[in-house]
Amino acid sequence: MPRHVVATTTEIPAGTRKLVTVRGRRIGIFNLNGEYFGLFDRCPHQGGSLCLGLTTGLVEAPEPGTYEYSRRGEILRCPWHGWEFDIRTGQSVTDPESIRARSYQVEVAGGTEVIERKLVAETVPVMVEENYIIVDV
Amino acid sequence: MSVTTDRLDRANDADQRLGIIDTDIHPYMKTPRDLDPYLSARWRQYLSEYDKFVCGPYAARGTYPRFSPNTCRRDSWPPDGGLPGSDVDFMREQHLDASNIAVGVLEPLLNANIARNHDAAAAFCTAMNEWQKQVFYVPEPRLRASILVPQDDPEAAVKEIQSRAGDPAFVQIQLGSKTSEPLGRKRYWPIFAAAQEANLSIGLHIGGTQSSAPSAGGWPQFYMEDHHMLVHSMQNQAASLVLEGVFERFPDLKVVMIEGGFAWWPNLAWRLDNHWKKMRDEVPLKRPPSEYMRSNLWIATQPVEEPENPEDLRQVFEWIGWDRIVYSSDYPHWDYDDPRTAWRIKLSDEEERMLLRDNALAVYNFG
Repeated sequence: MPRHVVATTTEIPAGTRKLVTVRGRRIGIFNLNGEYFGLFDRCPHQGGSLCLGLTTGLVEAPEPGTYEYSRRGEILRCPWHGWEFDIRTGQSVTDPESIRARSYQVEVAGGTEVIERKLVAETVPVMVEENYIIVDV
Repeated sequence: MSVTTDRLDRANDADQRLGIIDTDIHPYMKTPRDLDPYLSARWRQYLSEYDKFVCGPYAARGTYPRFSPNTCRRDSWPPDGGLPGSDVDFMREQHLDASNIAVGVLEPLLNANIARNHDAAAAFCTAMNEWQKQVFYVPEPRLRASILVPQDDPEAAVKEIQSRAGDPAFVQIQLGSKTSEPLGRKRYWPIFAAAQEANLSIGLHIGGTQSSAPSAGGWPQFYMEDHHMLVHSMQNQAASLVLEGVFERFPDLKVVMIEGGFAWWPNLAWRLDNHWKKMRDEVPLKRPPSEYMRSNLWIATQPVEEPENPEDLRQVFEWIGWDRIVYSSDYPHWDYDDPRTAWRIKLSDEEERMLLRDNALAVYNFG
């Protein structure tokens, strides 16, 4: 699959996201503590703009009256009906086996590598000293 | 109707999509003082000194915390500020144009009609009706207003209905599913008489007074329970309207039940008919209860039922009757239904036209 340069790493600090458009597809790029993940900006439920949703953690109740909170910032909640997805995998929290948001491979490469590998960089100017976020689309 | 149908058919326009009628769009005010231009000095002063207090335990908020800020889609906050649903331009861009909404019926849920003070309720309803017209209908005639009425003061309610009847800005009378008494009681009949006389349907939207517990068992713990129990309030009103003889007395009255679910419809119809066979002599009906449901009640789709097997939805639609179902989006609330993706069954062209447009044309008079 063609690899597209979509942003510099400094544009997406940890805990933030950026929406990019690659080959007509809106994709959200998320930074979870230095790891980057890409999700298609369309909720598999009714088509809401998933990547505009709130990021939150995973709340679980092992028994009534007890709540556990984990994975802070790693769960994305659709802005429409609140369906939750794992940013790392795109899997639905409530039905991970059969429902998932489409995810894209994301990697980071230095400017020199981007130039040497002749990666597609239509909208992002490439400089050797920068690091870039690359999406497979 | 043919004029409206022609205008809604976009076959010759660049936009080939069906013009959709959305029976549930929620307008909001940009600021709490937006009603001031439509209130007398007496009621402006009342608002600034006493504020609005409603039939419920809290003066300024609902009884349960909501799932999302202002109960709205998180992507519906206008970029230029203000609450979702308060900016006509953004509503036009995000919903009316995006979904090709030809007519959208406004359903203000801003407590005007449930003010504890009846005179205040009457003044707030009048002001909010004028506000809908001036702020939404005038700049965007696709948006049509609901006539809000102080339902516990039927005399004032009838006066308000009569003053708006015939104005194309107003296409229905709004009532809530939570009321002081079940809506079939005779205290509300003057409202139904005025509605029938003016050929205005009732938009019965979930919500309303908060003075009684949402469940017959008391106050539940979670918003999720309260959210679900709104469905019960709608079933109760359907049963009350039918069994207390409202449609026997007002055979041309049309009631659209909005946001109350609908998979319960066939179950209610079967059970009431069964009871009626045994206890017929207790109620003032000439026909089985289900027949009044089929002649005088409609349901709006949102929030659409989502059965595990999507095809089961088709069965539910068939039990209810395809002609009783109108589309609603609930924009900009978080449980919004998109007309393109809300149901996972493939509708025929005819079924789609009925749900998204034609059935609503049989209920509302859009002028």
